[in-house]
Amino acid sequence: MTSAGTLVIQFAYLIATALFILSLRWLSSPATARRGVLAGEVGMLLAIGGTLLQHGIVDYRWIAIGLVLGTIIGIPLGEVQMTAVPQRTALSHAFGALCVTLVGTAEFYLRTPNVPRFTMIVLSMEVILGGLTFTGSLMAAGKLQELLPQRPLTYKGQNIVNLAVLAVAIGIAIELVRHPGEKHLFPFMVAIPLLFGVMMIVPIGGADMPTVISLLNSYAGLSAAAMGFVLDSKLLIIAGALDGSSGFILSVIMSKAMNRSFTNVLFGAFGQVQVSHAAAGEQLPVHSATPEEAAQILGAANSVMIVPGYGMAVAQAQHKVRELFDVLTKRGIEVTFGIHPVAGRMPGHMNVLLAEADIPYDKLLGMEDANPMFPQTDVALVIGANDVTNPAARTDTGSPIYGMPILEVDKARTVMVIKRGQGLGFAGIDNPLYHLDKTLMLFGDAKSFVGSIVHELSGGAGH
Amino acid sequence: MQELVNSLFVFMLAGFIGFEVIRRVSPLLHTPLMSLTNALDAIAVVGAIVLAGSHESKFATILGTIAIVAATSNIVGGFLITDRMLKMFKVSRAPKPRT
Repeated sequence: MTSAGTLVIQFAYLIATALFILSLRWLSSPATARRGVLAGEVGMLLAIGGTLLQHGIVDYRWIAIGLVLGTIIGIPLGEVQMTAVPQRTALSHAFGALCVTLVGTAEFYLRTPNVPRFTMIVLSMEVILGGLTFTGSLMAAGKLQELLPQRPLTYKGQNIVNLAVLAVAIGIAIELVRHPGEKHLFPFMVAIPLLFGVMMIVPIGGADMPTVISLLNSYAGLSAAAMGFVLDSKLLIIAGALDGSSGFILSVIMSKAMNRSFTNVLFGAFGQVQVSHAAAGEQLPVHSATPEEAAQILGAANSVMIVPGYGMAVAQAQHKVRELFDVLTKRGIEVTFGIHPVAGRMPGHMNVLLAEADIPYDKLLGMEDANPMFPQTDVALVIGANDVTNPAARTDTGSPIYGMPILEVDKARTVMVIKRGQGLGFAGIDNPLYHLDKTLMLFGDAKSFVGSIVHELSGGAGH
Repeated sequence: MQELVNSLFVFMLAGFIGFEVIRRVSPLLHTPLMSLTNALDAIAVVGAIVLAGSHESKFATILGTIAIVAATSNIVGGFLITDRMLKMFKVSRAPKPRT
């Protein structure tokens, strides 16, 4: 078997593996990141090229059709708007998981009944993880695209029902490991995880999406690694392990940023939001201001920190915010952005949206860098963010978001909050920030409000 | 059996490398990170290619072909969008006028 041909293929895989690791390594900084993409592309071409040389392949027709069709579907998926990147990502997790599940299924029917125990264990993992990731990701994409209701759907005993369904799938897997010849059981081992994937995402609301997408990313990677075990492909095991650990790290970061324990995340107990007891009834006063007043205060400041939330993206206000950034910077005012890890619908989403609006990335600060700066900041301008700025998370032990790390905008000298209406955040709780003496509420649509501030500031810039 | 044990070693080591490498990725780039790992993960296409091309059964050929389509769309779309996003990340054009 170790002819010169297979050796060449193995070397192609070896180089591809090294390139994949380098690809992620270069992603550590924006300066080298594009080189990382190139490394990944070269590695991928090498791996596919090597595979096509394998002598087991006798018919190239279907391969060619698959590659062409995939490319035709892939190009528009690479061209979506930046606001739609979260649903695109969820959809690609679904595609990845679909590929893995289909290959696992085909491999089972080719090999049954002679499947060694260990192979059957990893094959079951491949199909179960792949199946639940496929439908789970489709559900997540549907919710993000607002094809499905964003509102979490919960009922009593949901976790127990879900876990019971998963347990049945695992039970079937154990039976198949013991008797891999029982072909009739296999369809159930595929179908039940497909059902579980749907049930897993049903109770999840829009604000929990960053954690969910990361978790699905991790599952997709692990299922691909399991496929690598089945096919004895080291390349696939490594790529799957890299993807799995990436998703895992991101889920941990996201769950920490939302103050949820990791077990809470693993068991899919998202979106279980208690409505605050304190919120009802109390109507505390707020100070509101007009665009003219806001412009005056901003124009007189030395330093401004803008805190954007998903509301800014919904209002499509990022380009107006860039104009505000430009006009303030031109006046010599130091403008930075404080970005909470869960601002947006997936990890890092807000950075991409602001980068798209041409805001230089050295002005985008993460939570750890932004928080020490607030006490020296003249104006903190909150746009479309709510719970991630709620000081109750720091002080009010009774608050449902108590303990969640927040951007401490209340430590700035003046706080301005652009908000569409008097509504509450996703956690359904009042934000004491709005009732502080130093806080000015700017009620209105984010895009037009920022636009009016820019208009005021550039009108007054001449003299 | 020995092969599977070897594979477990590879998996464990790759997991550690992944952990250390990805921990260093700036939070700025977490979205491109996810789309890039997604594209790399679509290397699963190699398994699908072997299935679709080796004529073992009609069933395997059909599933293999669909799997190629799914994985290829991830490869093409994933690399395209990652590069598009990374192109947008720019530093401040001029050094800030310090007072």
